[in-house]
Amino acid sequence: MTALNVDTPAVPKRQPPRLMLAEPIMTMRGISKSFGDVKALGGVDVTVYPGEVLGIVGESGSGKSTLLRMMNLEDTPDTGSYNLVLPGHQDRNLFDLDRFERRMLRAHHIGIVYQNPHLGLLMNHTSSGNVAERLLIAGNRNFAELRERARQSLAASEFPTERMDATPCELSGGMQQRVQLAKAIALEPAVLLLDEPTTGLDVSVQALVLDTLKRLQRDRAITMVLVSHDLGVIRTMADRVMVMRRGLVVEQGLADQIFQDPQHAYTQQLVHAEL
Amino acid sequence: MKLQELTKPWAAFNYGFLDESAKRELRRRILKAIAIPGCQVPYASREVPMARGWGTGGLQVTLTLLKPASVVKVIDQGADDSVNASSIRKFFGRVGGVVETEDTGKATIVQSRHRIPEEKLREDQVLVLQVPNPEPLRPVQPDISIARDMHGDADYGQLWLVLYEQLVKSGRIMQGAEYPSLVNGRYVITPSPIPRWDVPKLNQADHLTILSAGREKRLYAVPPYTKVEPLVFDDVPYRVEDHHDKTCYRSNVTGYFVNELPQEDGSSAYELSDSHFGIKHIRKAEGEPVEIGDTWYKNGRMTDDRA
Amino acid sequence: MNIQVSTPKTSALVLRVDGLSKQFEMHHLKRTLFAFENIQFELGEGEFILLKGENGAGKSTLLRTLYRSYLPRAGHVFYHTREGIIDLASAADVDIAMLRRREIGFVTQFLNARPRVAAEEVVAEPLRQAGTPHAQALVEARRWLDAFGVKKQLWAAYPSTFSGGEQQKVNLARALILPQRLLLLDEPTASLDRDARRALVDRLTELKAAGVAMIGVFHHPEDVADLIDREIHLKAIRVEDGER
Repeated sequence: MTALNVDTPAVPKRQPPRLMLAEPIMTMRGISKSFGDVKALGGVDVTVYPGEVLGIVGESGSGKSTLLRMMNLEDTPDTGSYNLVLPGHQDRNLFDLDRFERRMLRAHHIGIVYQNPHLGLLMNHTSSGNVAERLLIAGNRNFAELRERARQSLAASEFPTERMDATPCELSGGMQQRVQLAKAIALEPAVLLLDEPTTGLDVSVQALVLDTLKRLQRDRAITMVLVSHDLGVIRTMADRVMVMRRGLVVEQGLADQIFQDPQHAYTQQLVHAEL
Repeated sequence: MKLQELTKPWAAFNYGFLDESAKRELRRRILKAIAIPGCQVPYASREVPMARGWGTGGLQVTLTLLKPASVVKVIDQGADDSVNASSIRKFFGRVGGVVETEDTGKATIVQSRHRIPEEKLREDQVLVLQVPNPEPLRPVQPDISIARDMHGDADYGQLWLVLYEQLVKSGRIMQGAEYPSLVNGRYVITPSPIPRWDVPKLNQADHLTILSAGREKRLYAVPPYTKVEPLVFDDVPYRVEDHHDKTCYRSNVTGYFVNELPQEDGSSAYELSDSHFGIKHIRKAEGEPVEIGDTWYKNGRMTDDRA
Repeated sequence: MNIQVSTPKTSALVLRVDGLSKQFEMHHLKRTLFAFENIQFELGEGEFILLKGENGAGKSTLLRTLYRSYLPRAGHVFYHTREGIIDLASAADVDIAMLRRREIGFVTQFLNARPRVAAEEVVAEPLRQAGTPHAQALVEARRWLDAFGVKKQLWAAYPSTFSGGEQQKVNLARALILPQRLLLLDEPTASLDRDARRALVDRLTELKAAGVAMIGVFHHPEDVADLIDREIHLKAIRVEDGER
């Protein structure tokens, strides 16, 4: 078999007539970002609908994590707009928000789970305190209530609540991810961002964490954006899939279509490599 | 024209030790700090004939405020007679020609380390607190730049988190001194290492409080009649030390902040931490004509008529 | 070329397939695999079409293309939704996802086993999504599990631990519990025991009477002989070297 040329143009984006059965909760348009000479994102559009799991798959350097950082307002693109439909929100480009507004928006409406728990957790504080911190930022000042809500959130993440006052340092990697998850969902975010949430975990632990995520998604219909280089994870979780390569979306579609009938050479290579 | 006419006559040092430009800078910083209650204002901390960490911040503020008519009291842990307190007081006397006093009621400026006097300060009095660490966020954020952003955003959730952890681990708030407090509903300050007992004295006080850290080169202020609220949870009220029923073994006075003195037989005796307050009570009991001022605490309880 | 012309019908139209073609571009083989070309037929409410053809003729591929698991290469699939007419061949992913939840069912022998969700909850889920109260949905779910012969002891257990046959019954109960408008049936009877097969046919009969349009592939067409209105024959077409 000859070497496969996967540098073919992206599958053309279709702009089909819409029945408008659902309105998007998140819209990103024309997101571009360069780091020096390196183009990390070359004009990416993202639409996320309420209650769905959007999987973003691609290899290292494809721009998927940069895109997720933009969604979490940790970074601002060179060009592009970002809108989230929130209760009482104004229709404006969220990249125009200042630091304080971004922090408040993040605190109230966006949850995130990082691959590296050090990014998402205060390692020298208790697990329940980590969850409580998010409620504290949102202005909750009742100790008993903070404690109860932290307990509930940890329980929803299937964390053993008898260990809720252990510091993350004392916990396994899988448990640390559950604490991150509990923190992320404590305020019922409009969207939950997952950046390689199970990468680096043992396969069996990975399955358990994914299982919890699926259960949460099913019970609470949380809108999720899941970034992973692991097709298995995407296949387990996602309703729709975006395939990214070198800062561009080469193909997107319903998850079963991407896996059963991939159109782009790169996607076919990815899917076949997995099987 | 001779050179002598253009220059000032030689003197060993300027009035109040600091040169006039240093005093002018400090006065401007103090005015800014008063204008923005609780906001930490940086200043160029000068060299003074005392080691950093021994009260150089308070010293510079007091030197700036001195005038020949000033009456100055200096307290160290409640006592006027410690080496550090008396050295500083004598220094003010020498470089400012001020009247030195140990009586809170007579002082116009009170410079203090670790205590606020038990007698209420008046509108015409200024309290200068020496501050070792002016940054309440330091325990949660070692990066000063990020801490400044957090102050800008009033991002104080992590301070409550520290209190939350204390409650979780110990069942009560363990923060003894430097209790973080919200000033005027905006900036959280550390009120210097005064005990919890003294923090409510800052709330809606008649006097001006200036807090200055010489090593850290920052000062901040609580203007008169300004709200100062210790950080608390709605359901866990602020508690001061349990000293309301302790009696001073020397002055026989009950209901003020005391030092505990271990005794030979294993028991404890207590003496008033505010030493001159105790001395006044003893003198009065001996029949001297002593005037004891109004106090913040009465019968061991904070009189909370202004909150 | 395999072209079918639909017979005219009297019932209300659910599906009109027009010039539908599917081919797979196998980039790594530099080949194109032709599945079917220029298919057309119509399907009305309460109609049942049997897909026939030898192995590899593209029967399953056609069903998956209608469901949009496969992207059609050309042609239209006009589907008459409750909201209006939409071309499934080109509709937005989000609309397809929504229609799958509300109107279009795909029944296969394979269960997408869901971890740690009780069998009765798995079956009740479509009803709950449609707004049925939880308790009522569970009662209905148990009725269908019973009808398909899933033992009572298993109702509260997790299907991921079931045998293949039991999983399939759970899967069928879930797929058929909600009256859809269009059902795509991909060998749903394969490896089912006789009782379960009868329960399935009973349910399909019921759904047909309720106006559900169905198109399917059956391993044993005689099971559904009474339901069939029309048949479509697919013939295998050649695999060509791709000229791209």
